[in-house]
Amino acid sequence: MAALDLHIDDIGKRYGAIDVLRGICLNVAAGEFVTLLGPSGCGKSTLLRIIAGLERADQGHVRAGGRELDAVAPKDRDLAFVFQSYALYPHLSVYDNIAAPLVMRELSSLERLPVIGGLLPGAVLRKRSIRERVGQTSALLKLDALLERRPSALSGGQRQRVALGRAMVRKPKIFLMDEPLANLDAALRIHTRGEIARLHKEMQTTTIFVTHDQAEAAALSDRVAVIFGGELRQVAAPADLYREPVDLDVARFLAQPFLNEVAVAAPMGGALMIGGSRIIIRDALGSGQAGTLAFRPEHATLVDKDQPGALAVCVTRIEHAGMDAHVFVNAEVGAEFVARISAERARPLRDGDNLGLNIDPENAWFFPSSGSRRPGDHSGAA
Amino acid sequence: MILAQSSSSRIASDAVLMTGAIVMVFPFVWMILASLTPQSEIFNGDLLPTPTLHGAIDNYGTALSAIPLLRFMANGIVVCVAILVLQIAIAIPCGYALAKLSFPGRPILLVAVLLGLLVPVQIPTIPIYIALAKSGLLDSYAALVLPWIVSVFAIFLFRQFFVTFPDEVLDAARLDGFSELSIAWRIMLPAAWPAVASFSIFSIVAHWNDLYWPMVVITNPDMMTPSLGIAYFRQAGEGTGNVGALMAGGVLVTAPLVALFLLMQKHFIRGLVLGRH
Repeated sequence: MAALDLHIDDIGKRYGAIDVLRGICLNVAAGEFVTLLGPSGCGKSTLLRIIAGLERADQGHVRAGGRELDAVAPKDRDLAFVFQSYALYPHLSVYDNIAAPLVMRELSSLERLPVIGGLLPGAVLRKRSIRERVGQTSALLKLDALLERRPSALSGGQRQRVALGRAMVRKPKIFLMDEPLANLDAALRIHTRGEIARLHKEMQTTTIFVTHDQAEAAALSDRVAVIFGGELRQVAAPADLYREPVDLDVARFLAQPFLNEVAVAAPMGGALMIGGSRIIIRDALGSGQAGTLAFRPEHATLVDKDQPGALAVCVTRIEHAGMDAHVFVNAEVGAEFVARISAERARPLRDGDNLGLNIDPENAWFFPSSGSRRPGDHSGAA
Repeated sequence: MILAQSSSSRIASDAVLMTGAIVMVFPFVWMILASLTPQSEIFNGDLLPTPTLHGAIDNYGTALSAIPLLRFMANGIVVCVAILVLQIAIAIPCGYALAKLSFPGRPILLVAVLLGLLVPVQIPTIPIYIALAKSGLLDSYAALVLPWIVSVFAIFLFRQFFVTFPDEVLDAARLDGFSELSIAWRIMLPAAWPAVASFSIFSIVAHWNDLYWPMVVITNPDMMTPSLGIAYFRQAGEGTGNVGALMAGGVLVTAPLVALFLLMQKHFIRGLVLGRH
């Protein structure tokens, strides 16, 4: 199936005095899986609705496969939308829900009538073709046993699969999914996540997936677009996003679950001073601004308190999390840090132990107070 | 103690309801009994007339032979069905638009609908009568049907019902290729079924029993609806005093409504409860 590329060009949207979206530019390659990630209220769902044509942008353009979509009605955009609430037709059976997009597009209003429609020769053939395609889709999603049921008689996971089926059956060129996993319980969410990944691999349809869950975004996406307050902050592959967050908001949002932060003065001679310790980190340090040094718990190591260059810290609390443990420490410089170490190495530690803390210079970031770590990094070129 | 109190207050409220029910039902009971009693024995001084077989045969025989009761009832069915179908055909899209589509002037239109609820039919009677007379439609089904096809009550009822319908389903329908009209018919109408059922009862009862409007526009006995027909029969009175036959006519005319109500009672009550958001 041919997938389409999608170009989002300088999209802006206001509700009254509030800028919901500002100058969003994003290019999605054909067949790519891109996640829009951000906290609730950041505008990611609005952007999705603008792409679908359910909402009108105040500025900017959406193009798919080179075609300008701004004046095209939602149903003619050749895309399918999966809603968070599933939005199934409550009075139709599962079969009729899945068949609805085909019936509405391929049969005339006369052919849709129950008795007369059956007498029209063209309609019989088309109806058979619809039945075949609904059958293929329901088999793919393991819905065959449920075709006669109403949505009200289905579980959340089953409704979710019906919603996916209704979106897939038409073989759209672009999939839009608005938090489709948010209403499922944890185990089912992971399972359905896997299903979506599998379906995308099979069908290679361009997909835009909205979520506020960084784990979901990382698990599914080719690239993740992080949105804060209506602005696109960073577009990158999940691994790059994890390694190189462009600003403190992104780093915090992607912290799982903790991020260490400490305010520092402007770097001098390529080094930062924290308390009495000099730390040289890889980040370009030419800005001459004060800012924040941030690093993940897994990039901090605990050492003997006398080791030169280490920050003097005192253990306050230990949280065990399976193979690893999070060790909370107070630094003498007046900050609290978390180090993630193996449970084995955490075993001898006790509250009140005095230790040293080393920061991995390769994996620590300096965010100048002006915002972005590397200005001009916001482009979304594929 | 609490139990005793609540059961005694329960008895009191039941007694009030029972009294109300008896007051409501008594005229109907009397009508049925009188329709079965010979003319001479209806007013013999008892509270309730005493039915006899030959009285029943007499009264119903007179009712069916002396007046074209079946013709009146056929007229009533044609008129009520036509009114109901057209009312729903108009009110469903209107209610959908007022509930779910945004267009300039929507708030004003909604206010206009609410104001329309306040205007009794007596006010526009003369202009409508003149319009029908000038178009030569008096004494026709059209005169009985056309003035009623826009029901602001139905528009308002359906609008209230549609407002709570989830918008995402409508968005999904638009993406699936439904036009706004097919959304109204294929998605909103089935969802509003309880409201449609209770409105249908209201509409049918109102127009089946309506005496006022048919009296204004109908003079030809062939076009009369049941209520007007019986009133006409009483006045034209081969039997000004034939109460038994009149009551038999009344029973025959009321029976279809009672049957309809019993048939749709469940939907009717559900619609009233749901419609009251």
